[in-house]
Parts: sequence; structure tokens; C-alpha cells
Amino acid sequence: MPETSSEQKLRPELLCPAGTPAALRTAVDAGADAVYCGLARRSNVRNFPGLNFMPDEYAEGVAYAHERGAKVLMTTNTFPPGEDMKDWTETIDIAAEAGADAAIIADIGVAAYAAEKHPDLRLHLSVQAGAASAEAIQFFTQNFNVKRVVLPRILTIKEIKALKAEIDCELETFIFGNVGMMAEGRCSLTSYVTGVSTNMDGMCSPPEHVRFEENADGSMNSILGDVTIDCFSADEKAGYPTICKGRYWNAAHEEPYYAFDEPNTLNIANMLPDLIEAGVTALKIEGRQRSRAYVREVVAAYREAVDNILAGREPNLGDLAALTEGRRQTKGAYATKAWR
Amino acid sequence: MTTSITLGPLFFHWSADQMVDFYARIADEAEVDTVYLGEVVCSKRIALFEKRYDEMRDRLKRGGKKVVFSTLAEVAVNLDRKHVKSICDRTEEEIEANDTSALTHLKGRPFRIGQLFNCYNVGALDYLVKLGATHVALPVEMRSAGIAALAKRASEHGIGVEAQVFGRAPLALSVRCYSARARERHKDNCLFVCEEEPDGLDLHALNNDRFLTINGIQTLSRHYLSLADEVAELQAMGVTHLRLSPHTGDMVKVAHAFRELADGRMAPAEAQAQLAEAQPEALFSNGFFHGVPGSQRVGMLA
Repeated sequence: MPETSSEQKLRPELLCPAGTPAALRTAVDAGADAVYCGLARRSNVRNFPGLNFMPDEYAEGVAYAHERGAKVLMTTNTFPPGEDMKDWTETIDIAAEAGADAAIIADIGVAAYAAEKHPDLRLHLSVQAGAASAEAIQFFTQNFNVKRVVLPRILTIKEIKALKAEIDCELETFIFGNVGMMAEGRCSLTSYVTGVSTNMDGMCSPPEHVRFEENADGSMNSILGDVTIDCFSADEKAGYPTICKGRYWNAAHEEPYYAFDEPNTLNIANMLPDLIEAGVTALKIEGRQRSRAYVREVVAAYREAVDNILAGREPNLGDLAALTEGRRQTKGAYATKAWR
Repeated sequence: MTTSITLGPLFFHWSADQMVDFYARIADEAEVDTVYLGEVVCSKRIALFEKRYDEMRDRLKRGGKKVVFSTLAEVAVNLDRKHVKSICDRTEEEIEANDTSALTHLKGRPFRIGQLFNCYNVGALDYLVKLGATHVALPVEMRSAGIAALAKRASEHGIGVEAQVFGRAPLALSVRCYSARARERHKDNCLFVCEEEPDGLDLHALNNDRFLTINGIQTLSRHYLSLADEVAELQAMGVTHLRLSPHTGDMVKVAHAFRELADGRMAPAEAQAQLAEAQPEALFSNGFFHGVPGSQRVGMLA
């Protein structure tokens, strides 16, 4: 049906983060087409203290969103270890019972459980599954009837467009927020330093292993476990110690440098028309760990930008630039292969 | 059942001649049963030694080794995809899949699951066995309870289960090349600079700790994983294969130590002393197995 595909191209879903029930309501009220959130347990990759939903809160969130025409997705994107799968299978059950519009999965065991027990529950493939090729995506569409894949932030728009032509499911891409430098679902750096595994426990740089230490000259070390991830001068704002955003040195580069990536914020507002044209179904904003105020501001600004683009008007990109809180912005992989 | 010793795929960039010489020595002298060939880290490197794969394979087979080809772990651009297909097109050898794209090519054929595939649990294992998995290598960060559960299930399925016991632990993959970035280059103009570091480029934290190791798009642990002291426990859990990850040290000596350990002819402390001799600059760690930071040393290593 050509009408449907052109309609999809014209009307991408703006998909927004909700770390709390209040953030969910805020995102829906600010114009999100859909919201993604997870339960307060290991089954999602933002398993931070004070974040996420209890099962009853989740069901209430789904009801709130559905009453207002918005969708709610269940993030279930970590990897259960051994036979310890209950947190994950329960999350899938709760999503199905609450009427979630989809579950976002990464693990093959979780996918198999969902496809067998809840064949009507729509499945999306998380970025944590690291499926960036047509063949990897086909594996999940053919085996688990996955309807949408969240692309790793590693492809150019040209490559995304070529990929879209080879697959038979929807594409979702990140457009704004923190850009992890390592391939999602393939990173054990936190586990190496803290013993808490991003894949199995759902946390990158867990707060209980983070500390800041002031030096005599007023500079501040940000430390994870027993490793100094970065040192900030007295007039710099000390950043949270994320291993792939730290400054290190080596024999080839003795001056400390961002060996993996600068602490940038992804913002591809001015490439939105190209992404939509490439056939992307859902535009995803990162930030389940963010405040309601932040969610309101970012969602509202992107709502306006997307609507302006769809109406053929120039989006006001200046407002979006201001959302990056003074951090450097990056277009990540989307613009050029030289980013690699 | 006798525990097998395997030599995992080489993560680092060695020249074709170095690789041919290395595997010739392995073929003749190393007490390993299975050797994994195939580039798993960077598709750009492959053209430099691809033509010598058959020569290496034949040499290993003459030495009585089983040869398995491993696929690339991160597959995105067309060059990556082409390489995965070309490995999967080999019908004479078993293939070890390191990502799901390989399984699309291997549909209807038996296959092995690589340590970079992310098979973390019994649910995933059950499903993969239904698709034809005959052997599974576990993610390096798995704790002992998870390893035990997977080993038990693998044994119920009658398939082999493998854990890395020696060598730098593969910790992360990225689309960006960090060996190139350390020289202010990017992946497309890397000039294969990773060849300068045959065990990887050590990365130091600001508190001067040697921290991680860079190998192109891959990040590894600075420490060398050693589960010498845990071999008996791994065997008791039902782990059937112990994987050594190739390094520039004396891998024949490393293989001998693990063979003797697995057969109960050498004490863990003596084996560990041999590992330290084989890779003289290495620091060792075993934290992942014990559920503490992977960089930590528990028990005998402490």
C-alpha cells in the first residue's frame, strides 16, 4: 500500500524517554507520540536507584498515555545471566498485561520467551542487540517477528537509507542525547572496573562506585572504582565518570586526551529532514535519567521541530542547540564516516 | 570426559607472515585441540592475510588440530558484511558466529556460538541449539553461577561449552578505531597503525594506572585473564573447553600449563608461574569469575 508507506515517511513517531511516572506524563503532555520506560530492576539498561517504574505505575502510565493517544514501550534490553531469567520474563509478562504497545528486547532468550508466551506483544529490537546489518536484522525479524529495529548510532544517513531498502521492518534512530561510544550491548568496561555489569545488571558507571576528589590546586578528579576517569580544572564543571568519555594517555599520545570520545551531546536536529526521507519510522530522544523539566523542554522543542519539518517550514534550530546545556554537540556517525 | 584446550581467534593485527609462522609452531608444538582462525575485530585488516587462511588451516590440520573459522563480531558496513559471508561460505570447516548476521548465512547448518555473540543464558542457548548450535563460548564477563548454569544446560543438550582462561579480556567494541585516533587519524585513513602493537596499545589513566588496552575498534583489559586456579572448578561445572587467547608470549608454554592443569598433573601455582614466564610483562586478574571487578585478583593471584 503506497499510501501507508508515504504516510509513514511523512509522519515519524517522536519517541521520548521516561525515567519516572511523572516524566511519562510530562512527555505525553509535551507532545510525545510514544514513550519508552522500564521497570525498576535489572531488566533495563538504566537500572539506576530512584528511576523506573513499579508494575502498577507502569500500568497507570500506559493508561494515561493511551487516553491521550500516545504509545508506551517497555524497555527490556539487558541480558539475563545463566538461568536467572525471572526479572526479564516477568517484565515481558507485565508489559503484555498492561497493554504496552511494544517490548524493546535485546537478548535471544528474552525474545524467544516473549514470542512464545505473548505472540500478540509487538517486539522491537533494542540498540543493545547491536544489529546494524540487514542480515542481523533479518535474523530477528524471521525468528521472533520483530517489527522494528533501533539502530546503533554508527551508521551514516546514506547507509541507513541503503539498509532500509534491504529489510522489511521499521527503523528507529536516536536523534538527541548522550552518545555512548562503545557498541551498545558489547561493552564490559563498567564490569571490569566496578564488578557491576551493564549487560547483566543494567548499569553503566553505577553511582555507588562514583566519587569526586578535590586536588590541592582546586581541580577535581572524577573517579569510578579505583580509576581516575578525568580531572577537571577549578573553572570546569566536573563531569560524571563514564569510562568511554574519560581522558587517558598512552605511548602514542602522551598528553592526556579523550581516547574514545569527547563528552558530547548528540543533536541532529538539522538532519531530521534527511532522516525522515531515509525512511526512519521513529525518532528517539535519549535520557531516562533526566529530570521532568529537561524532558518537557526537549520533547516540546523536538515536537515543534518535527511538526515544522512536516509542514514544510524551517525548524528553529537555535532552541534545540540551547538544550545541550553548554556541552559540545555532535552529529555522531550520521554525517560523515570520518567520525569513525 | 577429557577437557579440551583451544586457541581462540587472534584479536590483534599481526602480519600475514607472522601469523603463518605462529600457527606453524602451534601446529607442531602446542597441546591444543582446536584452533580458531578468522579475523573477528576489523574488516579492513582482512585483505592483508585472507589469501593465507587456507595455508594456515592446512598446516594446523597436518599438526592434528581441528580448525574452526570465527566471524567478525561487529558487522555494519558492506565490507564487514562481505567478510562474514565469505567466512560462512566455507563449507568444509565449522563456523563460529560472533554476531547474529552470521546466523542468517548459516541457516540450516550446524554452527558454534562465539564469545562475542552474547549468549548469556539458558533461554538463549536453548533457542540457538534449536537453530543448530553445537558449541558455545561464553561472554568473558560472566560470573561463576552463570557459567555453571550454562555449562549444565549445554551438557543436557550434549554440546561443548568453552570459557576463556588466558589472555587479555575482550571488553568492548566500537565503530571508531582508537588505534587510529591515538595518532589523530580516523578509521578510513588508519594506515593499519594497529600493527605496531601486537598485544595492543596500553592506555593509562590519569592516576598513572595502566588501565585498558586498545586494539583498533576493540578495547581489552590491561590485565591478562588467568583462570589457572579455577580450572578444577570449571571442569566440575561441566565446562568442556578452555580457551587461550593468542598473544606474543610463548603460547606453547601456556598451552602446556593448561593441559597439565586440566589433567591434574600440575598444581595451579606452578601453572601460574609458567604463565608469568610465558608472557613476562603480564599482570593477571580473575575478578569476573568471582563476581568482583574484572581487574581484581582473587585467591591465588591476590
